Amino acid sequence: MDDREKLNRLRWRCTRRAMLEMDLLLGEFLERLYPTLDAAQADAFVTMADMEDLELWPLVNGQREPDDPVQAEVLALLRNVRVK
Amino acid sequence: MSKQSVAVRKFDAVIVGAGGSGLRAAIQLSEAGLKTAVLSKVFPTRSHTVAAQGGVSASLGNSEEDHWHWHMYDTVKGSDWLGDQDAIEYMCRKAPEVVVELEHFGMPFDRTDEGKIYQRPFGGHMSNFGEKPVRRACAAADRTGHAMLHALYQRNVRANTQFFVEWMALDLIRDQSGEVLGVIALEMETGEVVAFHSKATVFATGGAGRIYYSSTNAFINTGDGLGMAARAGIALEDMEFWQFHPTGVAGAGVLITEGVRGEGGILRNSTNERFMERYAPNAKDLASRDVVSRAMVTEINEGRGCGPNKDFVLLDITHLDPATIMKRLPGIREISIQFAGIDPIKAPIPVVPTCHYQMGGVPTNYKGQVVGDDGAPVRGFYAAGEVACASVHGANRLGTNSLLDLLVFGKASGDTVIDDVRSGEIGLRDLPADFADRTLARLNRLNTQTGGASVNECRLELQRTMQKHCGVFRFKDMLVEGVAKIIEVEKAVAHTEIKDKSQVWNTARVEALELDNLVEVAKATMVSAEARKESRGAHVRDDAPDTPANPNGRDDANWHKHTLWHREGNRLSYKPVIMKPLSVETIALKTRSY
Repeated sequence: MDDREKLNRLRWRCTRRAMLEMDLLLGEFLERLYPTLDAAQADAFVTMADMEDLELWPLVNGQREPDDPVQAEVLALLRNVRVK
Repeated sequence: MSKQSVAVRKFDAVIVGAGGSGLRAAIQLSEAGLKTAVLSKVFPTRSHTVAAQGGVSASLGNSEEDHWHWHMYDTVKGSDWLGDQDAIEYMCRKAPEVVVELEHFGMPFDRTDEGKIYQRPFGGHMSNFGEKPVRRACAAADRTGHAMLHALYQRNVRANTQFFVEWMALDLIRDQSGEVLGVIALEMETGEVVAFHSKATVFATGGAGRIYYSSTNAFINTGDGLGMAARAGIALEDMEFWQFHPTGVAGAGVLITEGVRGEGGILRNSTNERFMERYAPNAKDLASRDVVSRAMVTEINEGRGCGPNKDFVLLDITHLDPATIMKRLPGIREISIQFAGIDPIKAPIPVVPTCHYQMGGVPTNYKGQVVGDDGAPVRGFYAAGEVACASVHGANRLGTNSLLDLLVFGKASGDTVIDDVRSGEIGLRDLPADFADRTLARLNRLNTQTGGASVNECRLELQRTMQKHCGVFRFKDMLVEGVAKIIEVEKAVAHTEIKDKSQVWNTARVEALELDNLVEVAKATMVSAEARKESRGAHVRDDAPDTPANPNGRDDANWHKHTLWHREGNRLSYKPVIMKPLSVETIALKTRSY
């Protein structure tokens, strides 16, 4: 899969989710912050985008902390996305 | 793309959509040994059923006396007498059975101290034919839909249901006689177009709430089943009826469940008044959704809204014990912080009425069979859940009946397919030679279009037109203008242009194909709403006010009937409401008041 295909697949998985909340948050993150991530952070984001909404939500709102330090870096950015 | 490139796969049944109703139907079919394919745009547990937080209703009577007949009465009343009483009786009688069944599938319901399923009060749930509130909603904290989807998915894994994930169904296949022979679908990962040739086709594609600018619906709800049905010549029923949830977070559209009011949440205006006491003295904040929405908008319109623009009201739970909030409503606290910037333990949540649920859809009977204009089943075609109009929700859905609908009619459609396959009523008929032509022409048009309109701009124009001209309150002139505007939008949609012409993971193409479906739903909604010159349930018109002759603006003499919108000619016809239940007396027409 080339870069365009990978990015499109990621876009689909960020914006066709179970919950509007996650469509909004991840869609916003993908457009604004994803291009600024380094390779390891980008991989961590892809892993998180593959999680289910109710699995990811506790990480996003700080109820849970990730084991992976790179995921923690990405989460710090994601937690600051405010859709208002 | 040539016809030769369309591969054909054969199944006993193909289900489009892997939310609650699709998964529930698939369990019946797979466990009966039918070769069953389920197509989904996303992995099944990412379906929008996850977002149903409030609960599923059943007259289990675990907390206090309850009866399916009372549930039926509440549902008929909630529907403003537009629901079909045979289907409503069927659903309410089946409710305890399907809920207990779900428990056996592993659904982790909240429990009482005695170990029974915990039941809580909910808007419009009453005992003894509307007398006083009753606890009828069964829930798994505020994650009922999520837990339900997981229980149903696991059961399907066990039954060897075959899933086709990240596939989008494009069109129905029908033969000359009108029989449905399957669907044509697109695999996103390859761009391959495949025909799923089957004895039975079950639509479980969910709703189309994305036709509105302000919507609680996830982006996935683009009405794909409705678009496919309309293009295949199936009329859409009662599409003017959309439930606006009273409590979407102002600005974002994100839903605050009615369960918040079930647990004691109170709506307040800018003077801190509990204004629902004026509009619904008995049920107050637990009145039916449209009653609450209308009250909220009236408060805002009369200048008692909150905030700098006075454009929202407040949902207050600050008086509740924080431990109760954390235990019963943890997700709501998180949402308020992320999307409204407030902690509801400390401050009330800003809310506005927001598009939430589609009452209309593909016309079905209570067995889950899609029916034609004459009421006769369309052979080989079934539908369940939000895409379908049985009609159990009529002009307005009772809270928690959506999860019930998908369990009852998902199961019923599966059972009917099994009966129809075994009796030989349906079989694997020959595909017509031109079965893929219209779909391939649509794809070719997209591949070759130049100088056309942007998909995003067209979608935005469509959503803004629907919001402005056909929202929670409707005005004659705006509707008339709206019909003309939506026809203009349709013209632009017919010439959308995508820059990306590639095959693999071409999301621009998929979004253009979704828009093809949204525009059918938008037309059906606008045209049906403009034509219905009364107020009923969720369809409230300024020029059909509450009068002694027509209480609440409802005009039974002229409008107690179902709308059917036909894509060809953008034309309407009507059919009677089924007033005869299966076994009990008709619940006679009455003014709806709470």
